[in-house]
Amino acid sequence: MRGFLAIVRRDLSLAVRQGMDSVMVVMFFVLACVLFPFGVGPEPNVLARIAAGVIWVAALLAAMLSLERLFQTDYEDGSLELLTLSPLALEVVVLAKIVAHWLTTGLPLIVASPLLAVLMNLDAAGYPYMVLALALGTPSLSLIGGVGAALILGSRRGGVLLSLLVLPLYIPVLIFGVSAVDAAIGGFEAKAQFLVLGGILLAALPLCPWAGAAALRQATE
Amino acid sequence: MTIFAGEGLVCIRGERTVFAGLDFALGPGGALVLVGPNGSGKSSLLRLMAGLLRPAAGALTWGGAAVAEDPEGHNGRLHYVGHLDAVKPVLSVTENLLFWARLRGQGAAAPDRVAAALATLGIGHLADLPGRFLSAGQKRRVNLARILAAPADLWLLDEPTTALDRASIAVLEGAIAAHRAGGGRVVVSTHADIALDGAAALDLADFTLRPEQVFAGIAGTGAEAEP
Repeated sequence: MRGFLAIVRRDLSLAVRQGMDSVMVVMFFVLACVLFPFGVGPEPNVLARIAAGVIWVAALLAAMLSLERLFQTDYEDGSLELLTLSPLALEVVVLAKIVAHWLTTGLPLIVASPLLAVLMNLDAAGYPYMVLALALGTPSLSLIGGVGAALILGSRRGGVLLSLLVLPLYIPVLIFGVSAVDAAIGGFEAKAQFLVLGGILLAALPLCPWAGAAALRQATE
Repeated sequence: MTIFAGEGLVCIRGERTVFAGLDFALGPGGALVLVGPNGSGKSSLLRLMAGLLRPAAGALTWGGAAVAEDPEGHNGRLHYVGHLDAVKPVLSVTENLLFWARLRGQGAAAPDRVAAALATLGIGHLADLPGRFLSAGQKRRVNLARILAAPADLWLLDEPTTALDRASIAVLEGAIAAHRAGGGRVVVSTHADIALDGAAALDLADFTLRPEQVFAGIAGTGAEAEP
């Protein structure tokens, strides 16, 4: 547990010192959403109808933005070999790095989402559901993305490959995330969607660190 | 007496057999110097010993138990120094080392141990400097301070003298001697001269497959090529 916290702390302080990563992710998130009113026109009804979907898609793309660097810098400077050789199980190392990734990208996205909900004229009844759905969904995005980030190590043009690998796997999170918000706005029970989102998270929590660790072992060979 | 040993190790990289039929044994306080021309498999053997590579055939044992059975336990008793120094440019030297020491379970004692390791290698004055301002030799010394800051039985050093000046090499020799005096063991690959008393030398060129042996194997004659 001490080693787990040491890795999370190191990655957080690296993110804070390098500064730009979290800020860039949030800026991208906001800009991508802001483009939609320009594209589809400013009719409040149209925007309100697509708000949940636009915010979720922008969140998916923003979360992917910093994924490429999750293991890449450690891979390039030799830290990854040493992490592989730490007395900690490699699965724990991967989970720690994913937790740090979520804290530096997923959490800022959740914080920024109410602002975008206002911008997109989302029905006020949907705000808490939007935040809750993102809180349940973004950890899954970081977990699934972590596997992709481990798989692309050592390949050229890894960023493009990463999106091809990871975006299809994000679809279930997207469907149930958007549908939870839409159901709440329409006055329906959204419990089922939240249960599915929670189920995806619970399945990803053990599976993704395991798969990511296997990919890292391959990469360091 | 626990012995770290390898038996009949075969290493294949990219469909090329780097070495085959390699045996070694290393007791407490022992040292093994790997020599051989470029590409003879010194780094591969060290990575194999660390568990970063899997042998194509043969097995590594520690006190009779197979290393592959308990990789985390093996990680806990070894330090590996590779070609890269793993120094984060935005973290200070002390922060870099504290992280690695804490990862190896050094709790409250970590700051003292890191400071002592820096002093041993003569870079105590760099403690608060961010990694990006370090020269190649200084980075290498930070990497070597890492292995002093947390104790481990087995040191696997891949060309540790790269970028080091003469005085630093002497410090490294002293650190290795102290490590061995305490019952630790060390495997070093090197091209430069590094003085280790009573170290066994392992010439990787002796285990390289020569073309005629390969052809003999392919032809299925079973004839042993003369060395």
